Amino acid sequence: MSIMVEPDGSGRFGQFGGRFVPETLVPACQELEAGFREAWADPAFRAELDHLLRTYAGRPSILTECNNLGRQLGIRLLLKREDLNHTGSHKINNVLGQALLAKRMGKKRIVAETGAGQHGVASATAAALLGLECKVYMGAVDMERQALNVFRMRLLGAQVEPAMSGSRTLKDAVNEAMRDWVATVESTHYCLGSVMGPHPYPWMVRQFHRVIGDEAREQCREATGDDPDVVVACVGGGSNAIGIFSGFIDTKARLVGVEPAGGAAVGRGVPGVVHGMKSYLMQDEHGQVQEAHSISAGLDYPGVGPEHSYLAELGRAEYPAVTDDEVIAGFSLLAKTEGIIPALECAHALAWIAREAPNMAGQTVLMNLSGRGDKDVAQMMDILK
Amino acid sequence: MTGLEAHLRARRDEGRKLLVPYVTGGLTNWKEGIRAAVAAGADAVEVGIPFSDPVMDGPVIQDASQRALEAGATPPGILAEIPTIDVQVPIVVMLYYNTVFRTGHERFASLCSNNGVSGAIVPDLPLEESGHWCEVADAAGIETVMLAAPTAPDERLPRIAARARGFVYAVGLLGITGERDALANTATAIAGRVKAVTDKPVLVGVGVSNAAQAREACRVADGVIQGASVVRRLMESGPDAVGDYIAEVRAAIDEK
Repeated sequence: MSIMVEPDGSGRFGQFGGRFVPETLVPACQELEAGFREAWADPAFRAELDHLLRTYAGRPSILTECNNLGRQLGIRLLLKREDLNHTGSHKINNVLGQALLAKRMGKKRIVAETGAGQHGVASATAAALLGLECKVYMGAVDMERQALNVFRMRLLGAQVEPAMSGSRTLKDAVNEAMRDWVATVESTHYCLGSVMGPHPYPWMVRQFHRVIGDEAREQCREATGDDPDVVVACVGGGSNAIGIFSGFIDTKARLVGVEPAGGAAVGRGVPGVVHGMKSYLMQDEHGQVQEAHSISAGLDYPGVGPEHSYLAELGRAEYPAVTDDEVIAGFSLLAKTEGIIPALECAHALAWIAREAPNMAGQTVLMNLSGRGDKDVAQMMDILK
Repeated sequence: MTGLEAHLRARRDEGRKLLVPYVTGGLTNWKEGIRAAVAAGADAVEVGIPFSDPVMDGPVIQDASQRALEAGATPPGILAEIPTIDVQVPIVVMLYYNTVFRTGHERFASLCSNNGVSGAIVPDLPLEESGHWCEVADAAGIETVMLAAPTAPDERLPRIAARARGFVYAVGLLGITGERDALANTATAIAGRVKAVTDKPVLVGVGVSNAAQAREACRVADGVIQGASVVRRLMESGPDAVGDYIAEVRAAIDEK
């Protein structure tokens, strides 16, 4: 079976995915699909994106071996350093691609949703660079816990609009961004920040992030002479995980996506339809979407990208959950042993590695360090004092 | 009760413009609001099944949905109350697709038909995704209303109209539900484009905000849907205000 190829014509990954959007947005999704397909096949577009990734975002990101922590845990631990990208996370890969595409399609404005603010900052950055107007929707709760990123977005010239409905977190920011897009679709591109939403987003965003996995595979072979035994990443919507998984899907590596215990869409959800896609979703018996609860704003989401649901159903990837307490310990662990402060999102992956290390003795574990922890320092100062 | 489309066609063919108010099920006094609207001249009624994430709705209906959910409303609970409303016009449910999907297509369709519901509107289920639900609904006698948006290219409209049962819901503007100061140009434009490709009743909804706008939309369309303007009155002032408002819109669209 070939997996992680292009989804079928209706945007399905197995039973998941699709395009469940209001009629108003159907032509825009079709136009985006055609636009992306054409751009992705155009060497000039790929060269322009590659140039920006190298000379602006700082790619390729390096691979760091964690000798101290690896010794402590009894494993060989490698980090793919997406935290060292410009704007501090993997999000810039996707955003540069979408912003270039938006310009190519004649759009003057982008809207984006953001949870922790990393996708919002990346969107604001790309908009500033490429001369696009940018509005970012962010849950009011998240604006409070990620005040620094709100300031960064405004500094970059973006307008930041609080999402005041529901749980006032990432899910509600997506709702507001979609409402904006329904009203402005003729001039605006929705710069969706993860491998979720209606077709073609899950596929397109994966293609923009597969550079993570492609680079990591080469770097791993160079560093160890082989593919890793385990590839680990945190999962909210799942873009950084899809990015790194895509480089190892055809190897023997065990693929692990770590969810927060309070937002375990794959682990605790059942199939549902929201935000344009069919995927695992935390919901009640009547289909009302439940609120996620996570220490990290970036993973505070009750759904997950449809390709993850498919990988889970196939058994190709596994999706364990970790608690907030384990995450806090993982955050400090990497800082103290390796001198690297991870984003709280990535601390989920570390927490799982620390817990599972006894069962992985001697194995090579590759983790996607998808973002840096500067944005979380103020929040952690309160938690750790 | 005759079917939704037969009922609306018969009234339209008598020269009457069609008026369909929307009320969020589970709101305080929602059934009284519906009775008042029907007494004041509504030709059919849409009952909104509240959903946690209503992406097509603006602040008024978001607020109504939230209130109804907080008051304990559930889809089967609302459907079970529909027979007790006891009005002589068809009732259509409007809901987001996850409610149907989570319940199961067959089970949801039979819940509707067992409770006297004539039709269903699912605004986040576009033509390409609607196939299986529409077949199940057809078999259960539930008429699935399709939406036609201003962004639809010409070639799409006949396919939407062909799949539509009951009526075609012409989306009046680019945007979400809610009251606006003026009727958008897109409202009569999309109504005209849809009417050019179908004989089914064509009603304009989203952004038709008062009696004057309803009258303007009805110059082209067969009728209008009144959502946020009705729900706001029900929440602010109660069922009598809904009745007064529907009577006012009725008079405006009836005026020759």
